Amino acid sequence: MGAQLRVYRSKIKSAQTTKKITRAMELISASRIQKAQQRVAASAPYSKAITRAVSAVATYSNVEHPLTSEREKLDTAAIVIFTSDRGLAGAFSSSILKEAESLAELLRSEGKKVEYFLVGRKAVAYFGFRRRAAVKSWTGGTDQPEFGTAKEIADAVVEAYNLDDDGGVDEIHLVYNRFVSMVTQVPEVTRLLPLEIVEGAAPEAPTNDVYPLYEFEPDAATVLDALLPIYVESRIFNAMLQSAAAEHAARQKAMKSASDNADNLIRDYTRLANNARQSEITQQISEIVGGADALASAKN
Amino acid sequence: MAGSLNVSVVSADQQIWAGEASMVVAKTVEGEIGILAGHEPLLAILAAGEVRVNASTGERLVARADDGFLSVENDTVTIVARDAELIK
Repeated sequence: MGAQLRVYRSKIKSAQTTKKITRAMELISASRIQKAQQRVAASAPYSKAITRAVSAVATYSNVEHPLTSEREKLDTAAIVIFTSDRGLAGAFSSSILKEAESLAELLRSEGKKVEYFLVGRKAVAYFGFRRRAAVKSWTGGTDQPEFGTAKEIADAVVEAYNLDDDGGVDEIHLVYNRFVSMVTQVPEVTRLLPLEIVEGAAPEAPTNDVYPLYEFEPDAATVLDALLPIYVESRIFNAMLQSAAAEHAARQKAMKSASDNADNLIRDYTRLANNARQSEITQQISEIVGGADALASAKN
Repeated sequence: MAGSLNVSVVSADQQIWAGEASMVVAKTVEGEIGILAGHEPLLAILAAGEVRVNASTGERLVARADDGFLSVENDTVTIVARDAELIK
């Protein structure tokens, strides 16, 4: 076998092996999107109930709560960045990090100090490489978020928010990928605290119905006190679930195009290999013919 | 006093139970409360303990709902807790 042919064959082999891996990852992601979407849907009743309750309390009582009131002096802002743990998901993590950077830039231009909370190994690696400090980070399980993690994150950000002037943060932003469809994931930036009570990210038009006059037990302030941290948790959990679904969708797309590229490579190299084989055969024939000619002419 | 309550028990990651019920008994931070159809709108914080639902089908269920709240409006009862689970 000619040297050229051998080189092509080994390239085809390696493209085939890669394709096997990317195809498998594509299928795995495809099956996990379903599950992730179901989890987003399953958590919707919870966040809807909480949003409704919080809106009701906020509408019918004039309770001032630190989590809802805007501070006079805004000099520190925190950004919570939701990336993935693993790569091979196209621009999933990098688009989020880019979005976070531009948000940080904006906040800095308003004269605020920016602090970071990181979720996902990719964000941690990004910050580690640039030797930038983060207040706190969580890794592991971004593709199957647990409510416990959401609670930890919520506790940490609320605690940072409640700290007094020095060291505390005055507003908190979330940056995460929102799952729109199998092919689109949009980086989403929302301000978490101080709270603007909105209908959750769940697909539902804001309802304009009037909330009934509730009786609060024990009283409105206590109810609000108990509800707001839960609301924050549920918003963060929702962001994590959305991000997980988006991660699987992004990975599936990335792996599909990788498999397609591998197909193209294999096809091109097969052509070249065939070409090389053919020219080798042609050369061998012409050598034989030439040899036979030479022998024949030597006899005469 | 006909009519029944529309009850749903919801935890952070899923809806645990939904259906019609004739009565709901829950334990709030102020004490036990029983809710029948026609109850006034209410938002209450739940204390650790059990929520009992008498379903219209005659079935009785007991759910554990710590750290949650209960809302009642227009005969719709929503019991929301971070971790809720049916005991039976």
